[in-house]
Amino acid sequence: MFDRLPTPYGLVRHGVAPDHQKIKAVTRGFAETAADPRFRFYGNVEFGADLTLCDLQRLYHQVLFATGAQSERRMGIPGEDLCRSYPATEFVAWYNGHPDYRDLAFDLSAETAAIVGVGNVAIDVARILCLSPQELRRTDMAPYAVEALTQSRVRDVYLLGRRGPAQAAFTNPELKEIGELAQADVVVHPAEVQLDPLSMEELARSGDRLLARKVDLLQTYAARPPAGRARRLHLRFLVSPVALLDDGRGGVGGLRLARNRLARSVAGTIVAEATGELETLMAGVVFRSVGYRGVALPGVPFDERWGVILNERGRVLDPETEKPVVGEYAAGWVKRGPSGVIGTNKPDALETVAEMAADAAAGRVLSPADPSRAALDALLAASRVRPVSYADWQHLDALEAAAGERAGSPRVKFTSREEMFRALGRQ
Amino acid sequence: MKLEVVLAARGPRVLTIDAAASIRVAVARLAEHNIGALVVVDAAGHPIGILSERDVIRALAAGEDALALTVGDLMTSPVIAATPADDAEAVLQTMTTNHFRHVPIVDHGVLVGIVTIGDLVRAQLIEVRGEVVTLETRLMDA
Repeated sequence: MFDRLPTPYGLVRHGVAPDHQKIKAVTRGFAETAADPRFRFYGNVEFGADLTLCDLQRLYHQVLFATGAQSERRMGIPGEDLCRSYPATEFVAWYNGHPDYRDLAFDLSAETAAIVGVGNVAIDVARILCLSPQELRRTDMAPYAVEALTQSRVRDVYLLGRRGPAQAAFTNPELKEIGELAQADVVVHPAEVQLDPLSMEELARSGDRLLARKVDLLQTYAARPPAGRARRLHLRFLVSPVALLDDGRGGVGGLRLARNRLARSVAGTIVAEATGELETLMAGVVFRSVGYRGVALPGVPFDERWGVILNERGRVLDPETEKPVVGEYAAGWVKRGPSGVIGTNKPDALETVAEMAADAAAGRVLSPADPSRAALDALLAASRVRPVSYADWQHLDALEAAAGERAGSPRVKFTSREEMFRALGRQ
Repeated sequence: MKLEVVLAARGPRVLTIDAAASIRVAVARLAEHNIGALVVVDAAGHPIGILSERDVIRALAAGEDALALTVGDLMTSPVIAATPADDAEAVLQTMTTNHFRHVPIVDHGVLVGIVTIGDLVRAQLIEVRGEVVTLETRLMDA
C-alpha cells in the first residue's frame, strides 16, 4: 500500500471531524490487515512522482487505485475567488493537520461566516466554528488550528441550503449534535422548515422515519427560544448564492442569495426553483462545500465529466475500447464519486475485490518482470524516496497518543513531514 | 444520492440509434451489447425517444412484422429524461410508478448517460450496506 503522505488512513485522519473520535475507530479493522505478513505499507511515496504506473506494472500483478476525491467542486458564481472565500475541504484539511495544508492561513476576523452547502462536511465546518476553547481542546485538532479557532471572532455562522429541510444531505446525528453545543444556539426560521406540499407527499409516501425525525428536529430548533449563548449557528433553507460580494478591498463582504421554492422535475426529483426574490447576507468569510471531485492520476483513464477513474464495477476501462484494462482497479470515491458514508466504502471495495479475485482466477493479470520486494526497495532507493513503514507509523501513532494523554486530548498529531522524520530519528 | 454519482459508478456507456433505423438493426444492437434499451436521438444528438426490448416484444405479440418497422414506429416518445442533479431515489420511484426501466440522462440538452433500474437498486444497496457498516462500527466501539 502506497500513500503520498507519511501516515496511513487518509480521510479518517484528515477528513473526519476531530471531535468525531468514535468514527475514527474504523482504523482498528485496518490494523488487523496491516498485521498480516503479506502486507507492507510505504508512506511518503507519491504515485506519478516517486512511482509511476510503469514501475507498478513491472512489480505487481494487480494495481488498485483508492485515491479518493481530493479536489472541491466550484460554485461557478461571481466573486467565488475573493479573499476569505475558502473551499471547505482546505479548511478541514488544515484543522486536521494535513501536512500539505498546515501552512494555509484562514482569516477568522469577521463576525459572520457563511457555509454554502448542507452536507455533513458543511455541518462539520459550522460546528467546528462554534466550538468553545474547552471543546476544541478535547479533540485531536492540530494545535495551531485550536489556537486560531480560539482567537476566532466569528459569532454568527450561516449554513445555506438550496432546497428544503427534507432534502438536506446532513444526517441526524450531526443535526442533533449542533443542538447540544456548549457555546452556540441553533437558529432556524420557522417558515423555512415548514414542509411544502411536495415534500410532505414524499415523506408520507416513503414512510422514511429518519427523514421525519430530521424534519421534526429542525422544527424543534425553530420553536426553541435562543438561550443567549455567545455564538449562533443559523440553518437557512431555500436559498442559493448567486454572487459573493466584494467588500471594496478584494475580500468577501457578503452574499447575494436567490430565494427558492420547490418544484418537481420531470424525472420526479424535488428541485429548487428561483422565485425571483433576492436577499443579501452580510458575511466576511465564506466556506464552499458544494461537492468534491476526484483528481486524474498520471496514465490512468479518467472520466472528466464525473471526476472518477473510468471503471465498471471497479475494473478500470480503456476509454477507446471501453474494455477493462488488465491489472488496474479502483475503489472508493475515485471509483464511484463522492457519495455515502465511510462505511459505504466497504461494500464498494468488496465489489472491486470480487472482480480482482475473478480476474486473478482467470489469469487476467499483469506479467510483472520482477515482482519482488527487493526490486521495489531498489527502485525507491534509486529515486531517493524516504518511505515510512507500518512499524514507523506505529511508532508515530504511539508518540501522538502519548502526547495526547499529556494534553488531555485523543492525540496530538504530527503535522509536518520534518517533524515525523525527526521523531523517527531520520533527519 | 444524485444520479451523477450513479453515472460515475456505471461507466460511460450509452448507446443511441436513429429513428429511421430498422428494428432489425436495433434488435441486433441490443443483443450485441447485452442491453435492454437504446436512446433514440435526432441528427443533433438530442434524445427524442427510447426503444426498449419491451416495445419490440409488444409489437411482436401484436402480430406485426416488427422487424420490418423502423425505430421511430415503435419507440416511446417523448421520453422522460433526468438530469445528473436528479435524486436517485426519486427517479427510482418515478420508474417504478410508471413501469419503465431506463432513463436517459441529459445535461443542458446533451445526452450524457443512461441509468437502468438495476443501477439505481445497486447504488441504493451499496448505500444501505454502508450505513449498516457505519452503525455497526459505532455500536461496537461505543
